[in-house]
Amino acid sequence: MSFLNLTLKVWRQENSTSSGRIETYEAKEIPTSASFLEMIDIVNERLIKDGEEPIHFDHDCREGICGMCSMTINGIPHSKERGITTCQLHMRKFKDGETIWIEPFRANAFPIIKDLVTDRTAFDRIIASGGYISVRTGSAPDAHAIPIPKADADAAFDAAACIGCGACVAACKNASAMLFVSAKASHLNHLPQGAVEKDQRVLGMVRQMDAEGFGNCTNQYECEAVCPKEISADHIAKLNRDYLAASAREATS
Amino acid sequence: MSAPKNPLCSFVSSSIGRKLIVAITGLAFVLFLAGHLTGNLLIFAGEDAFNEYAYFLHHFLHGAGVWVARLGLLVCLVLHVWFTILLTKENKSARPKYAHQATVQAPKSSRIMIWSGLTILAFIIYHILHFTARVGNDYNGDRYQTTLKTGEDAHNAWLMVIDGFSWWPAALFYVIAMTLLCSHLSHGLASIFQTLGLRTKKTAPLINLTAKAYTLVIFLGFISIPIAIYLFGFGCSCK
Ligand code: SF4
Ligand code: FES
Repeated sequence: MSFLNLTLKVWRQENSTSSGRIETYEAKEIPTSASFLEMIDIVNERLIKDGEEPIHFDHDCREGICGMCSMTINGIPHSKERGITTCQLHMRKFKDGETIWIEPFRANAFPIIKDLVTDRTAFDRIIASGGYISVRTGSAPDAHAIPIPKADADAAFDAAACIGCGACVAACKNASAMLFVSAKASHLNHLPQGAVEKDQRVLGMVRQMDAEGFGNCTNQYECEAVCPKEISADHIAKLNRDYLAASAREATS
Repeated sequence: MSAPKNPLCSFVSSSIGRKLIVAITGLAFVLFLAGHLTGNLLIFAGEDAFNEYAYFLHHFLHGAGVWVARLGLLVCLVLHVWFTILLTKENKSARPKYAHQATVQAPKSSRIMIWSGLTILAFIIYHILHFTARVGNDYNGDRYQTTLKTGEDAHNAWLMVIDGFSWWPAALFYVIAMTLLCSHLSHGLASIFQTLGLRTKKTAPLINLTAKAYTLVIFLGFISIPIAIYLFGFGCSCK
């Protein structure tokens, strides 16, 4: 097994009100087989042993499905590797002696709680504003009870892959949440079960997104480049279209 | 939810609504550029053709046409600039800076939109003072009076352009402004389609190609005039 010695430049911040700073740490003898989060675990163990405060970071599943591991690595959320979350990143992607910058996802709508941990509940409030369907929850219906064209099913499925990690916001220079909101809206709007409440959903989610203080999309598509689930910015065009139509219908009703 | 009651108010205060205003006014300028360029290129058709065209513009609908167009463009300009400045300020404050910045795929032109835009704004003001209001020059003087083939007395716009671009600072600023216009268009034009919701996987390649080709035509078309005049002495030996 080969090992790496690295220099880490990590954002340390006491709490949401204090101002943070970059601190430098040596990460010694990191196995190339370790994941990025395991690398931080190794560094933290040493920090704890030395009586220092470990680096706080979010994580849960460590297999790319929960979206908790929010970290910006060398300026890019989830690192420059495409289509993965931070927990799926391996140290073999780095070179011995490299300096790695590790910062929290930065957006005013995602206040920092501590170090690399951010409060992403703004996303939950957006979901609560329309990212659902109002149906009775009973036993699951038969899979073939409602026929859905294959193209729609595929588009909805692609959009549904969004894990709500917030990397799209963190990568956007405007901290826009359009990729997340468009994925969530698109997922339901493409399906007959969701299409019923389409206008209400789109208006509600976009308004909540604006109210949360996310910026305005300027079509640079950094979001789709960093999205671990490779959600396409085409969903944003669809959201724009659906929002314009919903606004027009709202104005004339 | 604290959405304003009036649908129009809530639309104009929403992110997508304001972007739509920027897109639509931007589209008006894109179309205007094509018309403006077509007219400008008449300069190569000769003095008479160009002056007749200028005369036509100023007398269309008994002189009202040009004012309708000016007013329309002014409204578009005010809306476009106002909303982009508003959006840019909001965007800047929505996001604290990274200590280590990086970009994956956003082209340079998309990242300097506000600066290319403000330079174009400065250019438009200069351009209007230069050729429309004719401030600080003698373009209303006797040298610029001419008679059209049809017999009407007219302004010699052709000679004005030749003289205007024979002065290197004017020609240089023009070319710089057109370069930034091109940068602005290369991102803006494709963005119009995205904001209007017309971009899909199928249409994206066509939209990108059209936007690039259109931008190139606009750029080459506009800069050909000062370059022909200043560098190749087009029109200079005639008077
Ligand atoms: S769209 Fe992609 S980057 Fe954005 S929250 Fe969903 S999974 Fe994360
Ligand atoms: S920890 Fe769950 S996606 Fe990374």
